[in-house]
Amino acid sequence: MQWETVIGLEVHVQLATKTKIFSGASTAFGAEPNTQACAIDLAMPGTLPVVNEQAYRYATMFGLAIDAEIGKHSFFERKNYFYPDLPKGYQTTQLEAPIVGAGHVDITLADGRTKRVRIHHAHLEEDAGKSLHEGAALGLRHGMSGIDLNRAGTPLIEIVSEPDMRSAEEAVAFAKKLHSIVTSLGICDGDMSQGSMRFDVNISVRPAGEEKLGTRTETKNLNSFRFMEEAIKLEVERQIDLIEDGGQVVQETRLYNGDRKESRSMRSKEEANDYRYFPCPDLLPVVIDDDYIDAIRKSLPELPDARHARFKETYQLSDYDASQLSDDLATAQYFEATVTAAGDAKLAANWIMGELAARLNAADLALANSPVSATQLGGMIARIKDGTISSKQAKEVFEGMWAGEGDADSVIEKRGLKQVSDTGALEAMADEVIAASPKQVENYKNADADKRPKMLGYFVGQIMKASKGQANPTAINEILLKKLDALL
Amino acid sequence: MHNKTLAELSAGLQAKTWSSVELTQHFLDRIKRLDPNYNSFITVTEDVALAQAKAADARLAAGETHPLCGVPIAHKDIFCTQGVKTTCGSKMLDNFISPYDATVVANFQAAGAVMLGKTNMDEFAMGSSNETSFFGPVKNPWATGCVPGGSSGGSAAAVAARLAPGATATDTGGSIRQPAALCGLTGLKPTYGRVSRWGMIAFASSLDQAGPMTRTAEDAALMLNTMASFDAKDSTNIDREVPDYTASLNDSLAGLTLGVPKEYFGEGLNPGTQAAVEAAIKQYEALGATIKPISLPHSHLAVPAYYVIAPAECSANLSRFDGVRYGHRCENPADLADLYKRSRSEAFGEEVQRRILVGTYCLSAGYYDAYYRKAQKVRRLIKQDFVDAFKEVDLVIGPTSPSPAFAFGAKGADPIAMYLEDIYTIATNLAGLPGMSLPCGLVDGKPVGLQLIGNYFEEARMLNAAHQYQQVTDFHQQAPADIA
Repeated sequence: MQWETVIGLEVHVQLATKTKIFSGASTAFGAEPNTQACAIDLAMPGTLPVVNEQAYRYATMFGLAIDAEIGKHSFFERKNYFYPDLPKGYQTTQLEAPIVGAGHVDITLADGRTKRVRIHHAHLEEDAGKSLHEGAALGLRHGMSGIDLNRAGTPLIEIVSEPDMRSAEEAVAFAKKLHSIVTSLGICDGDMSQGSMRFDVNISVRPAGEEKLGTRTETKNLNSFRFMEEAIKLEVERQIDLIEDGGQVVQETRLYNGDRKESRSMRSKEEANDYRYFPCPDLLPVVIDDDYIDAIRKSLPELPDARHARFKETYQLSDYDASQLSDDLATAQYFEATVTAAGDAKLAANWIMGELAARLNAADLALANSPVSATQLGGMIARIKDGTISSKQAKEVFEGMWAGEGDADSVIEKRGLKQVSDTGALEAMADEVIAASPKQVENYKNADADKRPKMLGYFVGQIMKASKGQANPTAINEILLKKLDALL
Repeated sequence: MHNKTLAELSAGLQAKTWSSVELTQHFLDRIKRLDPNYNSFITVTEDVALAQAKAADARLAAGETHPLCGVPIAHKDIFCTQGVKTTCGSKMLDNFISPYDATVVANFQAAGAVMLGKTNMDEFAMGSSNETSFFGPVKNPWATGCVPGGSSGGSAAAVAARLAPGATATDTGGSIRQPAALCGLTGLKPTYGRVSRWGMIAFASSLDQAGPMTRTAEDAALMLNTMASFDAKDSTNIDREVPDYTASLNDSLAGLTLGVPKEYFGEGLNPGTQAAVEAAIKQYEALGATIKPISLPHSHLAVPAYYVIAPAECSANLSRFDGVRYGHRCENPADLADLYKRSRSEAFGEEVQRRILVGTYCLSAGYYDAYYRKAQKVRRLIKQDFVDAFKEVDLVIGPTSPSPAFAFGAKGADPIAMYLEDIYTIATNLAGLPGMSLPCGLVDGKPVGLQLIGNYFEEARMLNAAHQYQQVTDFHQQAPADIA
């Protein structure tokens, strides 16, 4: 039977505010456990929340970026459940009146078509803390759990999509697009290894052509695009196998283990909590007006789609190249800085997507941590363009810059990589080689006219050898042709 | 000294008739000697009090003129006090020492007031008789076989027994006004949002409000001047200038219109209480006020709406007491669920558990609309009744409590009977309005309370009306017979 996969996403995006959503404690990552949790985050008796305006502004920015209705009268609710990393015994979140209403995001499919994914809504909420179950360094004995509340109260927007995706690839494209939007807006650092974006994936399958949705499962807390893709494929396969074997999919929450490439059930629907949502009486409804929204709209930075179009237009890039370079804000900025220094967009694009990407990939480095800066790379490309170095020499210059030997000019200087373009010197070299190779000159003369250009290679090779590779090959070609043809 | 009002003690401090240390020592001695009869304090902070008194004397010597500088007061044990135990009347917080001061406490401290200690209360402010405190019931100084009212019973008894000239208290459904009525005091619940709730342990966030308990309206005005402030740490606190509540105390009542709601004089009202309140209304007429019968048609829905909303909020507010970070934790929990269940079962009393269960039920799937949402709609109707009434009258006047202080155990077996104690006070909490109670007579030797309800932020008008009444009556000057 043909099966159709139906996927919806819930995406938690950690907002890049300096302080927490309801307290003044810092949100910086990586501090000692419980050093960035104040009395409010610890839910000490008598403490009260105050909304961080920046979090509201960031959520509004996101809403405008996805063309959504902004909730002018939104409010917070309490979602009640007990867990040691939830200090108040409830999470403050939004249910009935979220800040961001329905919107949409367009993704590009593998065949180049554009698909619209609808966003149901996005709401603001606070993150919970973290339970630590191991770690002698923390003084945890066997069987003990520790609680780190540094993350408690970190502002999140939870983006809930409609079940509009039909494959793992579409889901990943959607996730990447969201990543691109929130990082371009500057409202999230996008660092998934630190949990800045986390994905919950709702998956169901149904016979192709069927309208009714199948029973869905939710795979929680995926924190990389790769794990997300693997987890979806695994779950789709599991569900299809289950149904084809005569079984039924059970509505449940699942966890995917990326290291072991397997998933397991976390809890079933029967064990699901009754969260008893109700409006938080400690916080007043947040009322915002058109002026507030318009001011934010005017201050929005360039969004990925606009940037993509501009890259194609301004730099004459192909659709593929433009999206490679514009999807991620850091890459886009790197590219544009390189172009400025290089004076050539095509060469800049080729070097960034080619050599640089390969080296970063091999070293498992993010572009932000590249040893070669955009200015350095651009400087090197400028030297290719002005003929100082050949493309082959450029590889060595790049090597030198990667190794920390400074910018292109100092590497060229230090490694003596200047290309020889001086016509007098090249002519002398050509004369020498011609004089020293009577047999090859004879062969050249006797060859058919159309074969002669190929036979030029020998002479060029000899000159490159003599010049230790520093001769300008274009110039040599011209000189040799002139001299050899004169002998005909 | 202890028979003097807060205003008189303040005048004496300014005139150097007595020092703050003398005054403080006098009250500390009385607490030591007499409080075993009343159990009105959970914690007496002798060292803190004397240190603060010394500091206040230095400030007074340096020319400090703040009327509360050097005046000793007591705080309800619901207000967090840095370095001093804050129990909220519960075993749960038996050993809790807050790392910060409630804004109310900080305001008094900044003014130079002296903290004598922390007063007893119904557990987490849930109760109308002070019988639910983990630290034992408080006895009414007027009749020690009777309750002082709740939940601020400790503050009420301490002021009534002259163990402190004034005390802070909180009112969620009547917890300032009802004990004030039962102990013959002047108690004021301000407009919701007038006084910061920061550091005041939450019972029902949308209803809780702090206010003063004193012997006179003038003293209440003095305390409210300091309690009320704008506090950015409390989102429900309102940024609005605090007037000098003493400035208008002596204004004439001529032209004042008082509304008498017919619903407050029906079945269940003690005849003696009714007679005293009606006499007080006559007195107001004599002072120049116009009396106008009014109707608050949804009054009968106040108690049921309250007993959905308050427990709903408390069920969430008390979730933080889970045995994980602070407070009571059971011995040797078998697992996480056991830790939660036993810690909470062991440390919360019966009434608190009852309300958590009621609130949890009201908010649960399938019941939310029938209870919580319906109650919020009723709340809107109750508020609208008052909004309509205040188009015609300046203040609403009536009884505070259906009857004078009752005997211990009298209503313990019947929670509904206990809940009806607050039948006249609850509506103002639901509406967010200010209300106050002042003594207006005695029935069988026990005080009767007269309630005034004002429009939003009209505390000054209420205090003026109360003060004028107290200029021509002496109920507020009467004291329990055996307070020595």
